[in-house]
Amino acid sequence: MDGIQLIDVSKEFKTADSYKVALSSINFTIHEGEYIGILGLNQSGKSTLARLLNGLLKPTRGRVLINGMDTDSPQQLKEIRQLLGIVFPNPDNQLICPIVEEEIAFGPENLGLSPSEVHKRVSWALEIVGMQEMRNHAPHLLSGGQKQKVALASVLAMEPSYLVLDEPTSMLDPLSRREVLEHLRMINQENHMTIILISHNPEDLMDAKRLIVLNEGSIYMQGTPKEVYGDMGKLGAVGLNPPGLYQLIQQLEEEGYRIDDNFETIPQLVEKICQK
Amino acid sequence: MSKIIDIKDLSYIYLPGTAYQQQALNNINISLNQGELLGLFGGNGSGKSTLAKLLNGLIYPTTGRVTVCGIDTSIKALRNDLWKKVGLVFQYPEQQIFESNVYDEVAYGLRNLDLSESEVKSRVYEALKRVGLIPNSMVNLSPVKLSGGVRRRIAIAGILALEPEILVMDEPMAGLDPLGQKLMLDIIKARQENKTQTTIIISHNLKDILALADKIAILEKGYLVFYGEVPELLNHIDILSKFRLELPDYLQVAYALNARGIKTNSEINNLHEAGLELIRIISSQKGKF
Repeated sequence: MDGIQLIDVSKEFKTADSYKVALSSINFTIHEGEYIGILGLNQSGKSTLARLLNGLLKPTRGRVLINGMDTDSPQQLKEIRQLLGIVFPNPDNQLICPIVEEEIAFGPENLGLSPSEVHKRVSWALEIVGMQEMRNHAPHLLSGGQKQKVALASVLAMEPSYLVLDEPTSMLDPLSRREVLEHLRMINQENHMTIILISHNPEDLMDAKRLIVLNEGSIYMQGTPKEVYGDMGKLGAVGLNPPGLYQLIQQLEEEGYRIDDNFETIPQLVEKICQK
Repeated sequence: MSKIIDIKDLSYIYLPGTAYQQQALNNINISLNQGELLGLFGGNGSGKSTLAKLLNGLIYPTTGRVTVCGIDTSIKALRNDLWKKVGLVFQYPEQQIFESNVYDEVAYGLRNLDLSESEVKSRVYEALKRVGLIPNSMVNLSPVKLSGGVRRRIAIAGILALEPEILVMDEPMAGLDPLGQKLMLDIIKARQENKTQTTIIISHNLKDILALADKIAILEKGYLVFYGEVPELLNHIDILSKFRLELPDYLQVAYALNARGIKTNSEINNLHEAGLELIRIISSQKGKF
């Protein structure tokens, strides 16, 4: 079966004198081609979830299946990790090569691809993150935001079916952040890559088709952004605020004005209202 | 009010005269009164952090002059004492924590000020309180076991304990979740209430600093493209349209209305008021909606 399945997954960590429950009884299915947003504050279990998906961590209880393959089975790990790529929040921990180009080629070369195919993929990935000019630079001399883009490109070049991104925009300025999010949307729509975007920033996740909100290790809410962000009270109770756009829509709806269209930005909403 | 920071025709070049020469700042003029809060905004690589280092004499101008608390930073003998007056909180300050317990970490700078240990203690406790931590339960803990957000507050307490006249914070919100960001805003606001303390917040996020700042400086590729008070910025349509989507949400509404030539009834100061304004517009078009 294609897709990602989590069946009753729990993860506990040993501490000095007890156990800390990071995730408890998580169940969900992600289909190929979906764009999923996972939202939660620090300590909600988001990063543990990411590490469970490619078998860096094994569940304490339950099963994690990627295209039907269990992450608990060592023979299938290699195939799982070719299918599912992860971009971690701190790029310094995953950059290893002295030249940007080599960094991005490292994964594809290890897949046993031909040099011309590797070259093609490196160019494609660099273009997507807008770093073509930095091709021959040394990664460690780049700014934090640029390193984050290189880390993303190096995973993209593996062309995984499932792309998991854990806080990929934390170091980016707003312009670069918007660029990266636009590219993710494009990769999802045109290349049909499954996107699983993990963030504590509700605005990062406005492009997702479905949101999963984690709180203290459990699934707290699920639904489309409109459904989740439309419930300000419930989100607010765990310290999360919906993006301003959704707060405005809710305020208008409470006054009896129905907002049917799907807006992506506040100026678009204002524009629509002024046209009426 | 006296000018506490006076930057005149400042330019800074990294590695001048070499093949790697790079002009980081071009002809910058900024002056700041005591007690003001300056928001310094710019994209990645715009020169923000270079300017921060110039303020406390870590580096000094290639040309032009930087005067801080009356001290010309290009004079070496005077520059050496500037760290006591200008506290600089770097990006990700939690990464530079090195002492084995919280007390020693916060006290590190103080112990270089020749204070008595009882004065050191009272300042450490006061600083921890100011960043929202409970001193008694914190002082003996090892910083490595604490979360990133708490470690950042400890690093900031170490600077606050020095009671600097000017506090410069480089990207204090970066990487914090919404709860951590709110705590950081509270620390900054508390400092603002004390009218004698001057603060500079550097951020690539205009949303973060616009609501707090008295003055805004915008850097782009080393050039100062705007410097002035917040209301003044809101009249600069050219600059605003460039950063349209980076404005706080309520200003995005106000700006979008202004751009369509629609007069707003009252001043819009928050998102709720922005919503009320939209409701007013819709109801005035009744029958059409």
